Amino acid sequence: MLDAVVIGAGVVGGLVARKLCEYGLSVAILEKEADVAMGATRANSAIVHAGYDAKEGTLKAKLNVRGSEMMEGVARELGVKYKRNGSIVVGFNDEDRKTLEGLLERGTKNGVNGLRILSRLELLMLEPNIGEGVTCALYAPTGAIVCPYELCMAAIGNAMDNGALLYLEYCVEKITESDGVYTVSSSDGRSISARYVINCAGVYSDEVASMVGDNSFSVKTRRGEYMLLDRECGSHVSATVFRCPSKMGKGVLVTPTVDGNLLIGPTAEDISDKEDTSTTAEGLARVRALASEQVSGIAFNKVITSFTGLRATGSTGDFIINSPKRGFINCAGIESPGLSASPAIAEYVLSLIEADGEKLTRREDFVPTRKPMHFFSELDTEGKNEVIREHPEYAHIICRCEGVSEGEILHAIRTNPKPTTLDGVKRRTRATMGRCQGGFCTPYIIDLLAAEMGVDYTEVTKSGGDSRINLGKTKG
Amino acid sequence: MKYTLKENGYVDLVIVGGGPAGMSAAVAAYDAGLRDILILERDNSLGGILRQCIHNGFGLHRFGEELTGPEYAYRYEKMVREREIPFMCDTMVMGIDKDRNLTAQNSEYGIFTLKCGAIILAMGCRERPRGALNIAGHRPAGIFTAGTAQKFVNMKGYMPGSEVVILGSGDIGLIMARRMTLEGAKVKAVCELMPYSGGLARNIEQCLNDFDIPLYLSTTVVEIHGKERVTGVTVAEVDENRRPKPETKRYIPCDTLLLSCGLIPENELSVGAGISLDRVTNGAVVDGDRETSIPGVFACGNVLHVHDLVDYVSEESVIAGRAAVRFIRGERGEEISLTLKTDGKIRYTVPQRITRVEDTTVYFRVADVYRDKAIVVRAGGAVLIKKKKQKLAPGEMETVKLTAKMLGEVKGSEIMLSLEDA
Ligand SMILES: Cc1cc2nc3c(=O)[nH]c(=O)nc-3n(C[C@H](O)[C@H](O)[C@H](O)COP(=O)(O)OP(=O)(O)OC[C@H]3O[C@@H](n4cnc5c(N)ncnc54)[C@H](O)[C@@H]3O)c2cc1C
Repeated sequence: MLDAVVIGAGVVGGLVARKLCEYGLSVAILEKEADVAMGATRANSAIVHAGYDAKEGTLKAKLNVRGSEMMEGVARELGVKYKRNGSIVVGFNDEDRKTLEGLLERGTKNGVNGLRILSRLELLMLEPNIGEGVTCALYAPTGAIVCPYELCMAAIGNAMDNGALLYLEYCVEKITESDGVYTVSSSDGRSISARYVINCAGVYSDEVASMVGDNSFSVKTRRGEYMLLDRECGSHVSATVFRCPSKMGKGVLVTPTVDGNLLIGPTAEDISDKEDTSTTAEGLARVRALASEQVSGIAFNKVITSFTGLRATGSTGDFIINSPKRGFINCAGIESPGLSASPAIAEYVLSLIEADGEKLTRREDFVPTRKPMHFFSELDTEGKNEVIREHPEYAHIICRCEGVSEGEILHAIRTNPKPTTLDGVKRRTRATMGRCQGGFCTPYIIDLLAAEMGVDYTEVTKSGGDSRINLGKTKG
Repeated sequence: MKYTLKENGYVDLVIVGGGPAGMSAAVAAYDAGLRDILILERDNSLGGILRQCIHNGFGLHRFGEELTGPEYAYRYEKMVREREIPFMCDTMVMGIDKDRNLTAQNSEYGIFTLKCGAIILAMGCRERPRGALNIAGHRPAGIFTAGTAQKFVNMKGYMPGSEVVILGSGDIGLIMARRMTLEGAKVKAVCELMPYSGGLARNIEQCLNDFDIPLYLSTTVVEIHGKERVTGVTVAEVDENRRPKPETKRYIPCDTLLLSCGLIPENELSVGAGISLDRVTNGAVVDGDRETSIPGVFACGNVLHVHDLVDYVSEESVIAGRAAVRFIRGERGEEISLTLKTDGKIRYTVPQRITRVEDTTVYFRVADVYRDKAIVVRAGGAVLIKKKKQKLAPGEMETVKLTAKMLGEVKGSEIMLSLEDA
């Protein structure tokens, strides 16, 4: 029997598992997909929000501000790319200006430092490409960007390096409890027992809660579509440029990513299918139209891919982090700013367990750091050559567009949490993520994956399940 | 031949890319008397994209016989080997600067820098991926560029699909329609956004018509279905502005979507070096010698502009190879400075500039399908050439030949190419 199981290998589940591990609990993470970070964590805006958005007094506000303070340190420990690039909310008229002043006031109450209102002129000094119709802006210097799936993978990898277990393709279907011990069973007949269950199941967190009889909330799925532009465009803006918020969320944003691309989106549309990550022509057209008002001169002919993320919007309007039943803890309705708040959510969950009477002390032997996945690309030429002398495969480039070597891909395939799919390799190394989108290197990466996993070429999938890449052999 | 790096890193001529363009340029430079030549190739052997083009139709112009891609490539590889021209495979060039310093890496030398007397860029091109096309829907497995599918089938021996729809009628897409059919797949449709095909007429005949594969012009894929693997696509006809007509939407079940929607020259290195690019070709702006805006840096083959026949690639590369040798020997001076201009019906020319008085072949492509037109070349008010054509199409490259005599007599600084009623 384990001390705890965490359901859901998103950024919340990942950081919670790592925290519990740090405090001496034995932990297993259960994930229904073939890889970690496949839910909201895979596709979102990647912003560490400063904390002016959420209503004062809510968990969202409290955990956002705390999480934003913690994020830089966590990212450093885990070797995850993070950049404090600042956030700007732009307004187009006097009414917007009032909204911005409201945000400033709220942010100050929430404890966000450095907020100020900018005139158009001041704004132009910061962001020369700002849209023509923009008249005013709120500037939040503590806003930042991070790579969300990298954060999640690193947290889970680090937890695993410290003893946590990860079970993939483990879709939790049933949870029973007797004498304070929960048995968590999967749809394919596996089961695991633990004293604590942490529900971090994203859009499915309401269904998981109802497995222990908690029907006190529901989670709606709200879709957001994005376009990602070539790295050539990554410096078109330096801060994250939001527009004045409305009822449907924070609206479309234009932001650089930590990898130097330009990200534009998302839309906001409530849908009933919890898995529908398709993009639509209308959605992308809307993103394009709105983004062009905020920022001028965006090179839409440099779009390299588009994608959709699914928000888990809880019925209470706030994060739902509670214990409806002794030993069972919900982390539900973790919509934006869930990524920003995630380190603080982990801390909060730990405090709930402590409040339950569990004796917690930090493990002496806990290693909080992890070798960055992209350690090689950050070395200087001399450093790289040193690695290459030992491991010549680091000089052999597989992905031309992103300059990813065989050595880096093999390192990723051999590092916790180990990828088994093409998309898994992509998210860890950026191979296939560049402008040719894997046209050249896909066949080589499949070779490496098949050899490392000891499976046939045709068994390698794009993202698990039935997503096979090759269906059979040729006649020859 | 194996190459040993010199202490000072100097090489007379470095050729980036060991496809037909790079090999042909190397052979031409060698035959012009140069010996200190090095070809750098990122793949594990010479030959470039031709290695996977196992169909025939190569070499009709150059060798007067029909060869397969690998056969054509091998003829050049043999010439390289016979001359003992050194090359390094599995070697990726990472950057070039305006002073012709080149950084590359491979397992043997790690990351190293070369000082080059001249550089010839011959990196080829890549296919336009799905993202650039912005097709709505899911992102399942089963969406490949035609070239990637070709690599799976011809190089690896695997079938990436069994029921196939092809978007775009570029040559690789047409070739793959036939190839997949021969391997037992069912190719259900080839959809082309434009009202005409972007491929060669002979490929439409031999790859589609001969196999009863339907080609739908003015038609595009508007949505991709399937969460894990493709289960189908929705296609629709488009109006004059290439916007889909909703009432014509129809669903085609399939497990594979191949994309053959155009090739883009691979000019990351050129951009990094600060070389001026042509907005239409996406390749460098060059003069008749294929010299780019950086002195001593030349470009040829598909990295310069997308060719439909490799024979033309070889031809162009000979020009670049010889000119590089003249540059290294200090024999290249500007004699004249002429700029080539086009009307809207002609999309581009290569070269874009002419700097020497010698016979010069100008390659160009037209913007649409035209019938009964005359290609007219004018300079300083005079008509230099008027050449009648029954049919011109964007898929076929055209040429006109300017003689040294014509160039010597041009008044002014511009040469204008236009299409006029015959
Ligand atoms: C469009 C969009 C934009 C956003 N932008 C931002 C932003 O800029 N800044 C910010 O701070 N936040 C942002 N967010 C919010 C942030 O992405 C989420 O709050 C965060 O990723 C939630 O992480 P999670 O671990 O709770 O959920 P998820 O990442 O969804 O993880 C849940 C996991 O649980 C698994 N699972 C579900 N059911 C089961 C089961 N029965 N058995 C086993 N496993 C199961 C799922 O497969 C999934 O992997 C955005 C979200 C979206 C969708």
